[in-house]
Amino acid sequence: MRTLAALLLAAAIATPAAAETILINNGRVVTNGAGGVIENGDVLIVDGRIAMVGANIAAPRGARVIEANGNYVTPGAFAAMSEVGLSEISGSGAPNDADIEGELISAAADAGQAFNPNVTAIPVTRIEGVTRAAIAPSASSTIFDGRGALVSMSGEADSVFRTRAFMVVELGESGASRTGGSRAALWPAFEAALRDAREYPARYRSGQGGAVLNEIDAQALQPFARGQGFFLVHLESSADIRRLIRFKRANPSLRFVIHGGAEAWQVADELASSGIPVILDPLVNLPDHFERLSARLDNAALLNRAGVRFAIAPGPGSVDAHQARLVLQLAGNAVANGLPWDVAFAAVSRGPAEIFGVTNLGRLERNYLADVVIWDGDPLQVTSAPTAVFIEGVEQSLTSRQTQLRDRYNPRNRRR
Amino acid sequence: MRLNLRPAIAIVALLSLAACAKTSADNTADEGPVPFASTYTPRPTTPTLIRNATVFDGNGAELSNADVLMRDGHIVAVGQNLSAEGATVIDGTGKFVTPGIIDAHSHLGVYPSPSIDATSDGNELTSPNTAEVWAEHSVWPQDPGFLRAVAGGITTLHVLPGSGNLFGGRGVTLRPVLGATTVQEMKFPGAPQSLKMACGENPARVYGSRNSSPATGMGDVAGYRQAFANAARYAARMEAAENGQGEPPDRDLEMETLAGVINGDIILQWHCYRADEMANAIQVAHEFHFQIAAFHHAVEAYKITDMLREENICAAMWADWWGFKLEAYDGIRENIAFVDASGGCAIVHSDSEVGIQRLNQEAAKAMADGRRAGIEITRAQAWTWLSRNPARALRIDQETGTLEPGRRADVVIWSADPLSSYAVAERVFIDGAVMYERGAQRDPPSDFELGQTYSRGRAQ
Repeated sequence: MRTLAALLLAAAIATPAAAETILINNGRVVTNGAGGVIENGDVLIVDGRIAMVGANIAAPRGARVIEANGNYVTPGAFAAMSEVGLSEISGSGAPNDADIEGELISAAADAGQAFNPNVTAIPVTRIEGVTRAAIAPSASSTIFDGRGALVSMSGEADSVFRTRAFMVVELGESGASRTGGSRAALWPAFEAALRDAREYPARYRSGQGGAVLNEIDAQALQPFARGQGFFLVHLESSADIRRLIRFKRANPSLRFVIHGGAEAWQVADELASSGIPVILDPLVNLPDHFERLSARLDNAALLNRAGVRFAIAPGPGSVDAHQARLVLQLAGNAVANGLPWDVAFAAVSRGPAEIFGVTNLGRLERNYLADVVIWDGDPLQVTSAPTAVFIEGVEQSLTSRQTQLRDRYNPRNRRR
Repeated sequence: MRLNLRPAIAIVALLSLAACAKTSADNTADEGPVPFASTYTPRPTTPTLIRNATVFDGNGAELSNADVLMRDGHIVAVGQNLSAEGATVIDGTGKFVTPGIIDAHSHLGVYPSPSIDATSDGNELTSPNTAEVWAEHSVWPQDPGFLRAVAGGITTLHVLPGSGNLFGGRGVTLRPVLGATTVQEMKFPGAPQSLKMACGENPARVYGSRNSSPATGMGDVAGYRQAFANAARYAARMEAAENGQGEPPDRDLEMETLAGVINGDIILQWHCYRADEMANAIQVAHEFHFQIAAFHHAVEAYKITDMLREENICAAMWADWWGFKLEAYDGIRENIAFVDASGGCAIVHSDSEVGIQRLNQEAAKAMADGRRAGIEITRAQAWTWLSRNPARALRIDQETGTLEPGRRADVVIWSADPLSSYAVAERVFIDGAVMYERGAQRDPPSDFELGQTYSRGRAQ
């Protein structure tokens, strides 16, 4: 308790006004860490961070105590890929900052500069237990879609907590369609772009220019081409994955994360030894593209068995601005198809944090940021919903534009 | 196997429905047999008794430790301690049994996998009125999506043209018959065709961008009214000719479909998101004296629940889709529950080759969200959104959709409570015969998938 007192003192000095001291009492605490799942566990939040997790924590003086009544208490979910905050309405000719047409800017596009914390999709997402998301732009004619960002669902002005977090590149069917229709042109184009970036700014200052990139895109690509950030690669087929693994072997300083990987199960062992993680969609089981002919529902379970690092999110083509909340349903379906529950939950919380190199999110452990959700049931069940959501220790409103519409039209509220 | 066995029950079923199979809208009495008639043949059955399961009967009742007996393709009884000599007995302990799921809105076959230019076959975007086209003529029976749909508990699906036109064409009610080589083998015997119409943004976008009508919501409504005015005249001249008064008009396939809607032979499935646009559509129906079977998507159905109930129009909805365009902006998670709570006919539909595989989860979401909003909904009541109500909207509710004795034995055995994320369909019966058994598939039924790595590497 002495440690705790010191901690509280420190907290009192440095605390922003909104951060309370909160004790969540008697929950089924999913720590996502060494503590595993703690039945009848408590979580103490101080100054926006987890101060203590365990059984029978005494409430510090002045702490607000919230009874969890044995319900699930978990880290907030982390949508490993989304366009949330990039449009209010994505179609109908409404402004949509997720979609980039033309070739003026490719690698230099920066989702963090487009993110709007005021869109109504953010409360809609947050009240379903998703507290963080990775967002990225989507280009239509260049193989680089641009740079992604990591964002909070707090709706606050400082929601973007990491910009230029990764570089999205198309190295599958869609990439081929943007280089004249063939992978035969795609890979040389990608390699040429990497050379342009590595040789920036010299070749541009000399007047030689880039082989395939303009100066701005080469500049944006440079840190990634030097291994200072990772490429988020859109590809699906086992043949493309093998190409990427070979490329990685020849260019060990480059870092890759696969987004898609519908056929990853076919090369699971090779993927595991390559160390390349996969962000996969457990609902992808149709041969809807030729690069997905071998898609199957137990992809996640098979990758897990082989020791591949992975996270769960909508696949390329299914990422949108409004349904980031469904990542928990995706994880539940992975469980239905053989993935252990704790691995599935981690794949939409700790897993994305680790893949994106975020070291203070995704676990209920001391000093982690207090993104915490209390649920009315198993969070991977479609029938469950949060009863309380905290982001960095601040309790969030459970109101959204949708709940306001609900309350306006609820037949139970009608006076007739 | 499917080609050689034609059990007696199939013939009986076909005969009993023969009267409905030919509609006056077809107007082909003097031109030979009804074209494109169903050749669907149920697979051979053995009497089957599922014992000691939790049963949702499709009519809103839940029975514990109940038995379900099927014989000759039909439901014989649901109750306790049933026995049947010679029946195959399945232990249902710990399992759940429901009527098969009916998806009232699918594009399987017309937008099949793989999705390429050649398979984009569901929208005849050549004129805002293509009432003359039939979705069934675009259905590719080899679509691998049919297998995935059955594996999700689907026993009947209504395949519609897309929504790019005011009048998209005729929809068709199908059985997901694995291994079928023609669409006729999949057609639900006697099920009426539908006409797919569309409100709102899609037709106005498609044709407005071509600088032709409709370019606006008002252009949409003018387009409906002019077409039905023409069709009413066509139908009247046809009827007069049948009564010996004057010559029949030249046969016009577009008019035939619209006249079929006015006559009630073709049911109307209308894509419409917004409450105000649904209200306008109802006015068109009143003006030309036809019935709307269901509004599809109906994202704002919760705003006009009384109107829908009074007009006897079902609403086929998603659980939670929203925001992808302006007309979907007001989507709420309680839409289905509110329509149901107001006494309306609520349907969970997919409009998706992914969503059709787990409509049970969509119903579960709607049930849970409705409960949180203070609406009492039982699990068995939620199941009516998946089977009985879509059967009503497709006018096949005297055939399927519940486990009432005499109904077709379209039955799913689930591994656990199907209103959850973790349940999977273990066995799917169509007309009393197993169409799908989890883990029993060896070769993919679709010729398209044969020999691909899918079949080589499959664990199941």
